[in-house]
Amino acid sequence: MKIYNHLILTFGVALMLVSCGQQNQSSNGALSSSAAEKVYVAPGEQDEYYAFLSGGYSGNLTVYGLPSGRMFKEIPVFSQFPTSGYGYSEETVPMLNTSHGFVPWDDAHHPDISQTNGELDGRWIFINGNNTPRIARVDLSTFETAEIIEVPNSAGNHSSSFITENTEYVVAGTRFSVPVPQRDMPINEYKGNFKGALTFISVDPEHGHMAIKFQLLMPGFNYDLSHPGRGKSHGWFFFTTYNTEEANSLLEVNASQNDKDFIAAINWKKIEEYVNNGGGTKMPANYAHNVYDEHSHTGTSTMRNEVLTVDPTKVPGAVYFLPTPKSPHGCDVDPTGQYIIGNGKLSADLTVHSFDKMIAAIEGQKFDGEAYGIPILKFEDVLAGQVKSGGLGPLHTEFDGKGNAYTTFFISSEVVKWQLGTWEVIDRKPTYYSVGHLMIPGGNSRKPFGKYVVAMNKITKDRYLPTGPEMEHSAQLYDISGDKMELLYDFPTHGEPHYAAGCPAELLTSNSKKIYRLDENRHPYAVTSADGSKVVRDGNEVHVYMSTIRSHFTPDNIEGIKVGDKVYFHITNHEQDFDVPHGFAILGQNSSELLVMPGQTKTSVWEPKQVGVWPFYCTDFCSALHQEMQGYVRVSPANSNTELKWSLGE
Amino acid sequence: MKKAGILMILGPLFLLGLYVFPLWNIMLGAPQYPDPLGLNIHINGLRGVSEFDIQNIDGLNHYIGMHTLPKAEEMWEFGTFPMVIGIMVGIGVLIGVLGYLGKVSYKWFLGWFLLMSILGILGMYDFNEWLVDYGTNLDPNAIMKLTNPDGSPMTYKPPLLGHVKMLNFDVTSLPSTGAWLMFMGMMLTLVAAFMGWKSTKNQN
Repeated sequence: MKIYNHLILTFGVALMLVSCGQQNQSSNGALSSSAAEKVYVAPGEQDEYYAFLSGGYSGNLTVYGLPSGRMFKEIPVFSQFPTSGYGYSEETVPMLNTSHGFVPWDDAHHPDISQTNGELDGRWIFINGNNTPRIARVDLSTFETAEIIEVPNSAGNHSSSFITENTEYVVAGTRFSVPVPQRDMPINEYKGNFKGALTFISVDPEHGHMAIKFQLLMPGFNYDLSHPGRGKSHGWFFFTTYNTEEANSLLEVNASQNDKDFIAAINWKKIEEYVNNGGGTKMPANYAHNVYDEHSHTGTSTMRNEVLTVDPTKVPGAVYFLPTPKSPHGCDVDPTGQYIIGNGKLSADLTVHSFDKMIAAIEGQKFDGEAYGIPILKFEDVLAGQVKSGGLGPLHTEFDGKGNAYTTFFISSEVVKWQLGTWEVIDRKPTYYSVGHLMIPGGNSRKPFGKYVVAMNKITKDRYLPTGPEMEHSAQLYDISGDKMELLYDFPTHGEPHYAAGCPAELLTSNSKKIYRLDENRHPYAVTSADGSKVVRDGNEVHVYMSTIRSHFTPDNIEGIKVGDKVYFHITNHEQDFDVPHGFAILGQNSSELLVMPGQTKTSVWEPKQVGVWPFYCTDFCSALHQEMQGYVRVSPANSNTELKWSLGE
Repeated sequence: MKKAGILMILGPLFLLGLYVFPLWNIMLGAPQYPDPLGLNIHINGLRGVSEFDIQNIDGLNHYIGMHTLPKAEEMWEFGTFPMVIGIMVGIGVLIGVLGYLGKVSYKWFLGWFLLMSILGILGMYDFNEWLVDYGTNLDPNAIMKLTNPDGSPMTYKPPLLGHVKMLNFDVTSLPSTGAWLMFMGMMLTLVAAFMGWKSTKNQN
């Protein structure tokens, strides 16, 4: 009985402690919990969310885990990537082809994950190249770039690459208006002559293949960011504009004069119908469409020569302008599809438009003039409310799915949490420093996962150990599960993330491929059997059909190569084991190494310039005998008669 | 005796599971193989637990000079075992039917059980012989020739039953579904024999 009493006493004390703890939590918000515990993912455990951060001027897409902030992969998209040979290997060079030739770099901005019924489906992630306008599709089973389409008549492909709620379209809007079609004309004749192309690229529901369905040729404003309608507003797309002044010089002053710019509301379903019924004008164009085939492990670039353009004034009821104060940047639609938020970057306030009010105003024909034939709705008629935040420089808003919105303020360096409908500010937390965009997993969908927000900052300064003048950018992770936001963690990010998309880990983990099947390898130069290796000369081109398996190349001795030859090393990795790539590098290679995944074939060209015996080796520490994984190529003078032969183990 | 006959018909049928399910299973886990490699031993051949496990086991074993795992046609057992099982099932069911009709006594049931037990033990013996050969008949030019602390060459015989730590691998060898079904079927024939014996005794 004594023991029992003791137990009850202990239990009672424990209960009191627990309830005290709970009281503390409710009064002090999340402060009483340990931030370290919340971001700590113990060795061997895995993160709860994927985060895909654009690399900005790195041209690529980086994959992180949340809440740990650990970086898992850099996916090469628009930039050459010597780590894997992307953009160097014969198979991937076509992926970076454009109408301007081979463009090995871009400025990657706004990743967006594919959706079905307005919810993330985790099949693909799209991202835009800003500089030489392109849209890429990354396959989320291989985490590799599967397709890139160039966008003609566009320049500064910035209000991109956002998708509609069933991934019907990935949308690419131009930031810089330009002459359409391009022509030689004085720059100062911009006003009234330049056009802003908004491009709707259809996405094949099965394979994801992209094709330009139509281009809407809008007035020559700058189209900054965009988002699709969802739920009740599905079928509409909203774009922020700035420089409605149509200035062509000193834009920082001249494009900031109008008190209000516009959000352009596009009824794409109406335009789709118009186009399907034969509407629109076909215009000559020249743009590249690059598709990577997972089975031949090869990219193919095809030039397209025509695009269907649509004059917005020819489709009544399809396009309207919503006046929005002060050069709005982000254009964000809440999970219900009712509110369209204009983040007026030069103002202190956020403007929220109501979809229902917009429809009522359109039906009531209540217009406030027009711009280039496009009706302008009255500001007061479409306004749902304004968030008097007290912050400065709102850029981008995402949502937690619980009726709250989170907006970044660049100038005042903070994230502000406010409530949809009441427009009241609930909380604000500083960022470090000058936050650009933020991301809540699923925050651009009908179903956000409102547990964390990641703030992506433009300025790093003293957040990490100094590394000279150039530093990685800085991100902050906040817990948003409570009433108040709690800053949990700082982590550096690669390149300059402009935007991000995230999703629950389980959406992708089970589909993530471990190997490529060797028996599905359709590469024309693949070696798919152990004894299939050979070396074939065709004039001064030599094709080496080479295979790799732990821990040797087949063949590993090659003779009969001559100075002036163009030697194609086609390397097939025969491993069918998870995470056993082999690398290939040869002395004097003028490109990059190859990193070949199990079951994959990649090709590197080597043009030997000097007589000698030159080694090649595996660059990936593949096994205990990795250091032995090497071979030699004998290079003879151009006029020699050395017999072409190859061997292994002789 | 009718009930015993039914059990005697059912029992051998459990052995048919061996045509579908593996008899034995050997799992090989290592730090760099958090998802262990696995070998399923069927009566008609070896199969990987995951599709490429055999290729990957062979790939790793070549470092220590082990021969590749045999294909079905490389071992007579994989041709013979399915026939032996088929014949034993046929005989067993026939005995059961005859027992049900009262043509044979429970002693035939017991006889089938004993014959099957002897065949099973012979099979295990043969399997163990192969394991010994597989683990000790090493390529003299092996990449890694390891020795035990006493200086003798290290060998790699997987355990017949249970767990052994072998270099970086944890090797676990256990009967699999097919074996358990066979065991249950054989137990049923034993029960059939017991019930047959009891009913015979009661009649007397």
